[in-house]
Amino acid sequence: MDAFILQILNGLDKGSAYALIALGLTLIFGTLGVVNFAHGALFMIGAFCAVTLQKILTLGFVPADSASAATVGGFSFGSAKETTYVEYWFGEAVGSAIVDWSVPLAILFAIPVMMLIGIIMERGLIKHFYKRPHADQILVTFGLAIVLQEVVKYFFGANPIPTPAPEAFTGSLDFGVLMGFDPYTIVYPYWRLVYFVFAMGIIAAVFGFLQFTTFGMVVRAGMADRETVGLLGIDIDKRFTIMFAIAACVAGLAGVMYAPINSPNYHMGMDFLVLSFVVVVVGGMGSLPGAVLAGFLLGILESFASMAEVIDVIPGINQIIIYLVAIVILLTRPRGLMGRKGVMED
Amino acid sequence: MTDQTTDTTARPYKTADSAKKTRSRMLGLTSRDLLLFVIVAALTMLAPFILNPFPTNSGLAQFNGGYPDLMQRFVIFGIFAIGFNILFGLTGYLSFGHAAFLGVGSYAAIWMMKLLTLNVIPAIIMGVVFAGLFALVVGFVSLRRSGIYFSILTLAFAQMSYALAYSVLTPITGGETGLQLKSTDTPLLSNLSATEIGRANLFGIDMRASYEMSVGNWLFTFNAGYYIAAAFMLLSFYIAIRLFRSPFGMMLRAVKSNQQRMNYTGLNSRPYTLAAFVISGMYAGLAGGLMVAMDTQVGPERMFWTASGEVVLMTILGGAGTLIGPVLGAGMIKYMENIVSKINDSILHQWFAFMPDGIEDALVFVIHPFIGKGWHLTLGLLFMLVVIFLPGGLVEGGQRIAAVFRRKETKATSVESDAAKQQQHPE
Repeated sequence: MDAFILQILNGLDKGSAYALIALGLTLIFGTLGVVNFAHGALFMIGAFCAVTLQKILTLGFVPADSASAATVGGFSFGSAKETTYVEYWFGEAVGSAIVDWSVPLAILFAIPVMMLIGIIMERGLIKHFYKRPHADQILVTFGLAIVLQEVVKYFFGANPIPTPAPEAFTGSLDFGVLMGFDPYTIVYPYWRLVYFVFAMGIIAAVFGFLQFTTFGMVVRAGMADRETVGLLGIDIDKRFTIMFAIAACVAGLAGVMYAPINSPNYHMGMDFLVLSFVVVVVGGMGSLPGAVLAGFLLGILESFASMAEVIDVIPGINQIIIYLVAIVILLTRPRGLMGRKGVMED
Repeated sequence: MTDQTTDTTARPYKTADSAKKTRSRMLGLTSRDLLLFVIVAALTMLAPFILNPFPTNSGLAQFNGGYPDLMQRFVIFGIFAIGFNILFGLTGYLSFGHAAFLGVGSYAAIWMMKLLTLNVIPAIIMGVVFAGLFALVVGFVSLRRSGIYFSILTLAFAQMSYALAYSVLTPITGGETGLQLKSTDTPLLSNLSATEIGRANLFGIDMRASYEMSVGNWLFTFNAGYYIAAAFMLLSFYIAIRLFRSPFGMMLRAVKSNQQRMNYTGLNSRPYTLAAFVISGMYAGLAGGLMVAMDTQVGPERMFWTASGEVVLMTILGGAGTLIGPVLGAGMIKYMENIVSKINDSILHQWFAFMPDGIEDALVFVIHPFIGKGWHLTLGLLFMLVVIFLPGGLVEGGQRIAAVFRRKETKATSVESDAAKQQQHPE
């Protein structure tokens, strides 16, 4: 029983990431009808927003007085005395707290950045591909994904960059004790819990936004029948552009918060993209709840498949479970778990 | 489109009119196709000269692509791309898992060399057969869906093969390290001494045997392996031409332009697409087998989805649906991978040395991200530009340039025009 719960918990954080990326993909597909292969790259850029902010905050300098003191015979031992600008400006306690909390702070930094990237991408490139076949959309966004990841590689190098979570979240929560099992049976890192809660918050926000705001209502109407909404005198293109930016934002935020779980490297986006596409297809192309459901489902399934007991019975199952599920679902339920009729069916 | 319809209606008329002429076609090709084939054959046979235009001691020698390893890659990936194009270019089914067939072919081939003989022919045949069988299974399942679902299904199969080859199937695939020929291998038909590591050969011709010819400052290398691979490439190319011009090829194009209409006329398109898928998988297997014949090793990364993505890039870059396009695309990408990635800052400084220092530094600074390790960036940008502006790939680019020179004469002069036209106006 405790092992069972542990696997569910383990599946949640990866499932959250899948769900968030798949949600963004589905948003873009549902609104603009574009298959965005660069969505994984947006996730990656989000993670690198966290890296960038951390680098900016830890920018340091050597104060003039200590620098002169530390220079002996032309050799500078300044690095030991280096203080970051934030500590210098805000005082040591506040400054180090800001550095410590750089990942959550990066959310604020990432939102405008991802919005901007999303709008530029949509207006600059995707707009011209509405009428082109899906294959062309896949190809051009695939090319864009390569370009984006190479640009990031150029600036940040090929190695993963550790981006720690705030000190307060570094430990683990002993779930077992809370639920009446023996101690140390279900140990779950705090940050993964934070990630799950955060993902749920974002998902709720997106659904709430679509369900309860006028803007969301118009967007949903546009998803159902774009032409009619346009005939009603509503500038649906502009709203869809904003939805694209929001989808980019969702992917970016998923990336920001994922940075402490897995040190960001330039190809993390591609790794997630392939799986996210599988998730979208399993959930049903164009269905938002389907994407979220499939994301969590596949995340949890993946973690169950990596249990030692399961691997003993079916070796290698942990490597292929997601693809296997995708194949079975596509063949038995062609529209995915919650897909609507007539979406992406030639 | 109009061009194509006139073409198809004109053809039976022509053949009925002059049956003699039809029979006198060489190799069953029309004169235009024959010309294309002869040009390609000449280019591949003379590649050691053509790819080495610069003297070895000149500063431009690094642009020489005429060394055996790279030339082998050109033709092998050319085969891979030709095969992919038979599926994607003709039927429009975008497979994102083609590398799996290449990998299966490679594994089958190396086992043949480990167990039976170091002669490459059985290895290559086994590669083709196994890849074909695997493609039959994957295609049978995947082709039940179309569009993006098909892409995801093929991707899922390929990723599964990769993951299995990497982990569970280690006894067969060698896992992460892959398989190489070792001194402990004792192929049945080859008598090797105890510690000798076998070398791939074709009836005694060593794959790595090279004849070097130096003419003045030029050095040309003629490699046995390259010419064997090139012969296979020409054979593949010839089969591809025949396929493109056959009623079967026409059927596949019908699948691409409007499958629904085709179904309404009472035709079941599945056997055609499955046949195309298997043929295309066999091409990949041939490429995989040849790869093993050249370097006698294989690893699971050959099946990773980026490898599948690469062949997509090649085909689109060159021109999907055209005959020569995939070969051009494969050559271009492999050339960039090997040559552009070798350029570094000091070479750039040499090139721009004639300019004032400030401009020189600025130019080097601007170009720096695109060269050396950044060649993927160049590739990605190039690919995007091609998809955006030249959906017909390099072939279409060439045609447009040719059209500028020839103005009105363009109609049906090029061998590729009908295929490219179809690319431009997908229905």
